[in-house]
Amino acid sequence: MSDVLERVKRIVVDRLGVEESEVTIEASFKDDLGADSLDVVELVMELEDEFDLEISDEDAEKITSVGEVVNYIQSHT
Amino acid sequence: MFGSLEGKTALVTGASRGIGRAIAVALAEAGADVAINYAGSQAAAAETAQAVEALGRRALVLQANVGKLDEFESMVKQVVDAFGSIDILVNNAGITRDNLIMRMKEDEFDQVIETNLKGVFNGIKAVTRSMMKQRSGRIINISSVVGALGNPGQANYVAAKAGVIGLTKAAARELASRNITVNCVAPGFIETDMTDKLPEDMKAKLVEGIPLERLGSPEDIANIVRFLASDVSSYMTGQTVHVDGGMYM
Repeated sequence: MSDVLERVKRIVVDRLGVEESEVTIEASFKDDLGADSLDVVELVMELEDEFDLEISDEDAEKITSVGEVVNYIQSHT
Repeated sequence: MFGSLEGKTALVTGASRGIGRAIAVALAEAGADVAINYAGSQAAAAETAQAVEALGRRALVLQANVGKLDEFESMVKQVVDAFGSIDILVNNAGITRDNLIMRMKEDEFDQVIETNLKGVFNGIKAVTRSMMKQRSGRIINISSVVGALGNPGQANYVAAKAGVIGLTKAAARELASRNITVNCVAPGFIETDMTDKLPEDMKAKLVEGIPLERLGSPEDIANIVRFLASDVSSYMTGQTVHVDGGMYM
């Protein structure tokens, strides 16, 4: 759990240019972390590479927060 | 060299003949490796590849129907596998099924929209991931003067070519923040197999409507595409460049 969260945090900090302390489990990419829709698409692409999985467009649309990403990765790896 | 494409990689659709071949050769002259897509004429595509290789660049010949997304995606994957990246996409492939509206079959309309408009969308969609990741890219779509002026007997072709101009603007706005530019070239009447078939008197009539009083050459279009593919045009996006001897102004 913590490992996945740490890796996700690192990518989010890197991609969105936010402080690590802002990247909480509840944080919404668009509402709390200032991401636009293209940022979210890119984030998903980077997560696919980092965790070596393919996230379908349907699933990707449902991912809006840090916690949802972590849950998705844990149940698909 | 002004407008050098040294070290760049390109995919040109419909590059076996005419304008597409001239574009493939011009990009190779500027220094790019070029993937040559064709739909039916394999022998002609191989000739284009020879011309690219004669200039000391790598060439790749790929058969695909651009109107099918899965075929376009697998073509882009092959380009990236072979060249390591895709920096330039030229959506040139096009067909005509001319007919008066009253006589035009639904299928004739659909086929032209599928290749000439959806084919451009498929191309943009297929290269976006790779260009977004590398934070740079050049997409050049080939429209037509008739997309701006209209033309009787070409309702399907005109609708598709006007659609390409709008699609260019939407894609340009969507991808600008990732340093991907999307521009359009609208050729006028160009000397190709398509216009060679026209009778002499009709050609003479056509020329009357062209301020520069002559048909264009495929190279006239290729030069502008080369410019739009290079770094010298990096501050242009969403534009349509009309290369038609002054027909549209």
